[in-house]
Amino acid sequence: MLPIDSDLGRFRDIVKGRIRRELKRYVSNHELIGRKGKDLVSIPLPQIGIPRLRHGKNESEGVGQGPGGPGQAGEDTAEHELDVELSVAELAEILGEELSLPRIEPRGASSAPTVLNRFKGISRVGPDSLRHTRRTWRQALRRQVASGSFDPKRPVLVPVREDFRYRSAVPQPIPHSTATVLYLMDVSGSMGQEQKEIVRSEAFWIDAWIQHNYREVTTRFIVHDATAREVDRETFFRLRESGGTLISSAYELALTLIERDHPPSATNNYVFHFSDGDNWSATDTAKCVDLVRQSILPLVNQFAYAQVDSPYGTGQFLKDLRGAFTDDERVALSRVESKDAILGSIRDLLGRGR
Amino acid sequence: MSTIPNRFLRDGRGLPSNLEEERIRIEGLARSYGLDFFETIFEMCTYEEINMLAAYGGFPTRYPHWRFGMDFLETNKSYEYGLSKIYEMVINTDPAYAYLMDCNLDVDQKLVMAHVFGHVDFFKNNAWFRHTNRKMLDQMANHATRVRNFMARHGVDEVERTIDLALSLDNLVDPYRDHIARPKDEEVIDDLPSDAAARLPAKAYMDRYVNPPEWLDAQRQRAERETADQRFPEHPERDVLAFVIEHARMPAWKAEILHIVHDEAMYFAPQAQTKIMNEGWATYWHTHLMTRHVLTDGDVVDYCDHHSGTTAQQPGRLNPYKLGVELWRHIERRWDRGQFGKDWLEETSPEARRQWDTHAHLGRKKLFEVRSTHNDVTFLDAFLTEDFCREQGFFTQKYDAKSQSWELASEEFADVKKGLLSMLASRGTPRISVVDGNGLNQGVLCLAHDHEGPDLDLNYATTVLGNLAALWGRPVHLATQLDAKPVRLVHDGANLSRVDGP
Repeated sequence: MLPIDSDLGRFRDIVKGRIRRELKRYVSNHELIGRKGKDLVSIPLPQIGIPRLRHGKNESEGVGQGPGGPGQAGEDTAEHELDVELSVAELAEILGEELSLPRIEPRGASSAPTVLNRFKGISRVGPDSLRHTRRTWRQALRRQVASGSFDPKRPVLVPVREDFRYRSAVPQPIPHSTATVLYLMDVSGSMGQEQKEIVRSEAFWIDAWIQHNYREVTTRFIVHDATAREVDRETFFRLRESGGTLISSAYELALTLIERDHPPSATNNYVFHFSDGDNWSATDTAKCVDLVRQSILPLVNQFAYAQVDSPYGTGQFLKDLRGAFTDDERVALSRVESKDAILGSIRDLLGRGR
Repeated sequence: MSTIPNRFLRDGRGLPSNLEEERIRIEGLARSYGLDFFETIFEMCTYEEINMLAAYGGFPTRYPHWRFGMDFLETNKSYEYGLSKIYEMVINTDPAYAYLMDCNLDVDQKLVMAHVFGHVDFFKNNAWFRHTNRKMLDQMANHATRVRNFMARHGVDEVERTIDLALSLDNLVDPYRDHIARPKDEEVIDDLPSDAAARLPAKAYMDRYVNPPEWLDAQRQRAERETADQRFPEHPERDVLAFVIEHARMPAWKAEILHIVHDEAMYFAPQAQTKIMNEGWATYWHTHLMTRHVLTDGDVVDYCDHHSGTTAQQPGRLNPYKLGVELWRHIERRWDRGQFGKDWLEETSPEARRQWDTHAHLGRKKLFEVRSTHNDVTFLDAFLTEDFCREQGFFTQKYDAKSQSWELASEEFADVKKGLLSMLASRGTPRISVVDGNGLNQGVLCLAHDHEGPDLDLNYATTVLGNLAALWGRPVHLATQLDAKPVRLVHDGANLSRVDGP
C-alpha cells in the first residue's frame, strides 16, 4: 500500500463516472466486442486533466537546437489524451450501476461445486513463507518437555528441523450457482449489417453482465434463418447468411440443447433471442408461442426477445409475443429502434433480476 | 527539529555501505570545488515509490487529490512499458531529500549523487529561491492535514471541486510577487481628502469667509469623484489567484484552499524560472566530478550512455540539460580567456576573436557569481552570444500549415534570441492580469490578456473563465485578441459569450 493509492482510487472513480456519462458511446463501440471478462480495454479520455489558460493552435513558432533540424515540438503543445485501462468486468459493473440493474437472483440448485484451495491444513514440509509460527513453537515446547530439556525457570525454546509446521492447502468444495445462456440470432436476409451490429453489441453487454453475476457461465450460440444450427462464438459474431426465416427452428434447437445438456436442476438457464421479427408464417409464429409456453419456459429463468428494427421486417413477431405473454414475468420483450436504444433495451431485458 | 514526519521514509532505508562510502567521497569532492549545499539525504526507493514521489512533486505527503493518482498511473505505465525512467529527483528543502531508484546501476547512483549536489547548491544560493520556504516538507504535510479536515467537515466532493477550481488558476500567479518590496499595510497613508484637509487655515471669526460652505462642498464633491475614479486594483495585478483570494466573497475554508494552492504554486515557481540554469549547473558538475574523479574503468561505458541520453537533442525540442550545460561551459571558457569587456566587444576580426586569450582564468569565479544572481531569462539575455548561437546551431522554426510540417524559419542570431527569450518569458502561459475588480461598477472581474503572438485556446479559456466566475461569484471579462481582432470574452457563470471590440 502506498499513500497514493487513495488518490489513484479517486481518479479511477472519476474515470468511471466519465464513462458512465458517455456509456452510450462505449456500448456501441465495436472494438470491445469479443473481449473477455478480465481482458483490459483501453479507453481514451480527452481533457481529463486540470484545464488551464494556454495558447491555442496557432502557436506555430519555436526555437530548436542542433543538427536534428526542425520538427514537431512534442509534448508541450500536444493535446493531452490519457488512455485508461479498465477490464470488461469493470465496464459491466458500470453498466449495471448506470442502468440500475438488479443483481441476478439465482434459481434452481446451486449444484456445481467449485474446488478451491484453502490454507486450513498443517503439514511438516512447506515454504518458509507459509510457516505456522505458533504451531512450530508449540511443537518445540512439546518436544523439549517430553525430552526433559525444558526448564520452566529459564524457558528457552529452540525449534529444530522436525518442529517446523507449515500451513497447507486443503481442497474445499464451494457450492455456487452456474448459468447457461443461449443466444439466438436471426441471420436471415432481412437482417442487415446494422441490425447485426446492434445484436452483437447488445449480446456482448448482456453476456458481460451475466458473467459478472455468476461464477461459471456457459454460453451457447444459435443462428437461424429457415433452419437453425449451433455455432461457436466467433461465427455468431461474424456470420452473414441469407434466406427465409423460421423462428421455430431455432426454438426447437434451443429446447433440444437445454433438455440434453442443461437440465434446470443443474444450472440457471437463459435464452436471448434477437431478430427483426419477420417470421415466415403465422402458423410458425403460433408454433413458436406454443414452444415457448409449453416447453422452454419451465426450463429457464427467463426467456428474452429483442427485436431490432429493420427496413425489411414487418416486426409482427414482437406484437404476437406481446399478445401471448402479457403478464408472464419470465418473458422479457424489447424493441431496439437504433444503436442509441441499446442501453434501454438491455434494461428491459435484464431489469427484472431473474 | 528533525524533519522526518512521513510514513514511508522508514528505518533501514539508507544507502548500502558501498554507496554510502561513495556519497561521502562525492560530497567531499563537491565541497572541495566550492559547492555549498544543504545537508542532503538520499533515500533508496522502489520504482513505484519513486513514481509516487514524482506524482507528488517529490514530497511524501500531499493533500488528497485525484490528479496525483492520474500522474502516478501515467508514469507507472510508462515505466512498466519501458518508455521512461526517473533517474533523479531532489526537493528544495533544508535538509534536501534526494531519491535513488533501487534498481539502477551503481554508476547511475554515483552520477545522480553528483548531479544532486549541483542542484542543492543551486537551490541554496540562487537569488530566486531566497523567499522559498525551506520547510516545505512540513508545510505540505500541514496543507494535507488541513485539506483532510475540510473534507471531513464539508464533504470530499465539495472540497475536491474547490481544489479543481483553484488548480485551474494556479498558473495565473506572479512568480516575481515575493521579490517586490511593497509598503507594509500600516505604511499606506489614508489620503482620502476630508473636510479638514480641504479647509484652509483661518481664524474662527474669518472662517466663514476664508472657507465658504459652497466651496467646501465643491471640494468634497471633487474628492468623492476622484475616489470613484480610482482604479481597483491601482495597477494591473499579475497574480490573479491572489487577487481572488483577497477580494472574492467566499467561505473562509474555500479561501484557505485557494491559499494552499497558491502557496504551493509559488513554491514551485522559481524552479520553473531557473530550469535551464539549474539543470545545466547540475549537469556541469556531474560531468566534472564523474570524469575527473569518480568513474572507474568499468563505469565508463554506462556513464557515457546515460550522460549522452540526458543531453540528447530531439528535433524541434530544446533540451534544458543540453542548452544549460553548453552555456555554462561557454561562459567559463570566455571568462577563462578574458573574452569580455570593452576591448573584446570592439574587436571585430573573427580571427582575433578566435585567438583571444588574456589568461584571465576567471571562469569558475564567474560561474559561481552567475549561479547566484540570474534566472533563465536574464541568463540567456546576458550570455547567449552570437558565437554561441552559431556554435550550437540554433534556429527558429515555423509551422507551415500548407505542407503540414515544421520548417526552418531563420538562423539569424537576433531571431533566435528573440524567440528564446519570448518563449522563456511566458513559458507557454499567457500573461493575464486583473485590470478591474469592480467592472461596470457591478463587481465584474475584468482581466486583460497581454497578447503577444498566439491566441488563447478557446476551449480551455471557456472552462477556466467558468471556473473563475464560479469562485468570483460574479461575471468575468477577459480582453484578448482572436485572429488579430480585439475581443472581450464574457463568462457569466453559465455561458461564455464573445463581444467583438476592445
